[in-house]
Amino acid sequence: MLLIPCPHCGERNEIEFACGGQAHLERPGPQADATRWARYLYYRANPNGTQRERWFHAAGCRRWFNVERDTASHEIRTAYPMGEAPAP
Amino acid sequence: MRYSAAALLRNAIGGQRHWRPAWRFPRPRTRYDVVIVGGGGHGLATAYYLAKRHGIRDVAVIDKGPIGLGNTGRNTTVVRSNYLLDPSAALYEHALKLWEGLSQELNFNLMFSQRGVVALAFTRHELTEMERRVGALKLNGIDSEMLTLDELRRRVPLLNLSRELRYPVLGAMVQPRGGNARHDALAWGYARAADALGVDIIQSCPVSAIRVERGRAVGVETAQGCIEAGRVAVVAAGHVTTLMETAGVHLPIQSYPLQAMVSEPLKPMLDTVIMSGLVHCYVSQSDKGELVLGAARDSYVSYAQRGSAHINAATIAALLELFPVLSRVRLLRQWAGIVDVTPDLSPIIGPTEVRELYVNCGWGTGGFKATPGSGWVFAHTIATGAAHALNAPFGLERFARGALIDESAAAGVSH
Ligand SMILES: Cc1cc2nc3c(=O)[nH]c(=O)nc-3n(C[C@H](O)[C@H](O)[C@H](O)COP(=O)(O)OP(=O)(O)OC[C@H]3O[C@@H](n4cnc5c(N)ncnc54)[C@H](O)[C@@H]3O)c2cc1C
Ligand SMILES: [Zn+2]
Repeated sequence: MLLIPCPHCGERNEIEFACGGQAHLERPGPQADATRWARYLYYRANPNGTQRERWFHAAGCRRWFNVERDTASHEIRTAYPMGEAPAP
Repeated sequence: MRYSAAALLRNAIGGQRHWRPAWRFPRPRTRYDVVIVGGGGHGLATAYYLAKRHGIRDVAVIDKGPIGLGNTGRNTTVVRSNYLLDPSAALYEHALKLWEGLSQELNFNLMFSQRGVVALAFTRHELTEMERRVGALKLNGIDSEMLTLDELRRRVPLLNLSRELRYPVLGAMVQPRGGNARHDALAWGYARAADALGVDIIQSCPVSAIRVERGRAVGVETAQGCIEAGRVAVVAAGHVTTLMETAGVHLPIQSYPLQAMVSEPLKPMLDTVIMSGLVHCYVSQSDKGELVLGAARDSYVSYAQRGSAHINAATIAALLELFPVLSRVRLLRQWAGIVDVTPDLSPIIGPTEVRELYVNCGWGTGGFKATPGSGWVFAHTIATGAAHALNAPFGLERFARGALIDESAAAGVSH
């Protein structure tokens, strides 16, 4: 069970959240070819290690934010608001 | 040595001293025609059919641990073929037909039991969707029937069909030829049969990278050194992306924990498989009497081979809603496997952009049932360099073409 530090509400139990998958994806422009679109729509990083992902505090402030989490140890390194980069 | 009543008798008289190991433990050679990475059911089945159907016997199956301890040895063993979409129906039904003769073919008791798979509907929408699916399945020649509540009551007497529930059961469908099998036996049976045909099974030998030269796979790097290969086939389930990335191949796969648990052994009480979508759980009873209970998967990527506790709590709550009689039963064990999930919940089987590198993955939460069919079509693909008609729709290129096989929306219950 994860304890997720929502940047707006503080640490809360995982069951209050929904995971939105890999963060910082960039939507391709209208000229992009099918391969680019496929990458954007269907391909996600799947690292055995550090991953940046979006979470939604569904049963709390109902805001989206980013989390940097280790997919093997489940350690959460940092959480930061949408539109920001993680602390180095 | 063939297993038979006569062999049992001979060995009983001989003091059980003459049994041989079911497969060898060879040292890897420096080169094979085909190297298969992943000794789960799918990898072992692939090796067997390569040797048996295509005469390719210069084959090694390499696993990082003992064979069959990945998802093959962790699953809840539901076997069925009642998938909605034509390509899936054809592939899973091909697998089910192979299952029906497999214990005989492998000379290994897979304890395959066609006790029927019953899926429950709790909403008007689920019921309508089920009726549509039964119609589609019949058109594809796959046995399927709707069950009325009376028929369901007779078939599963302990099921709670009270109208007072938050979600009362409204109806059900059944695939009579579906059922369960012994998961370990599937891996062991294929291993033994492949070994007898000359396949080397290399255990406890992690593969760290795939070697690629000028756009062509030429071997693998392992804990026991580099092994050259004419062709490399990767069948590594939840660990497939990290390995394929060493060859520069990206896959649309996410790895998630999927959990299951078993109860203490009980007297026989359930002689069919129950799959329940909305009130989510699925359950069957093993020949040892344990209830085998499947949960939902976690919602975030993880390689930690455990799942979240609240997922199991929800599964147990669902089970007790369906079978209140079980409220005081104790659980024996709980575990998770790391499953490889694609965006359309259909597998990826075929060649890749690297020549002589093949991949079979994305079976996610439901590939045990498909093991024989998967190995059969993958062996064909490796032997001929091109997909069989049955797996042609399941190529990696379908994502860029937008030709998804969207069983996620179609199947209802995923396992
Ligand atoms: C809890 C649970 C319940 C399930 N229930 C069902 C069900 O009821 N019905 C159903 O049809 N399916 C079910 N499934 C899904 C099913 O188990 C899988 O789809 C299927 O077993 C996959 O088989 P596989 O051979 O591809 O993978 P695995 O059996 O996982 O084999 C992959 C092998 O690759 C090896 N490997 C990985 N990386 C490396 C490496 N770098 N080097 C060497 N070896 C490596 C692993 O050790 C492993 O043995 C369930 C899964 C789980 C986890
Ligand atoms: Zn919040």
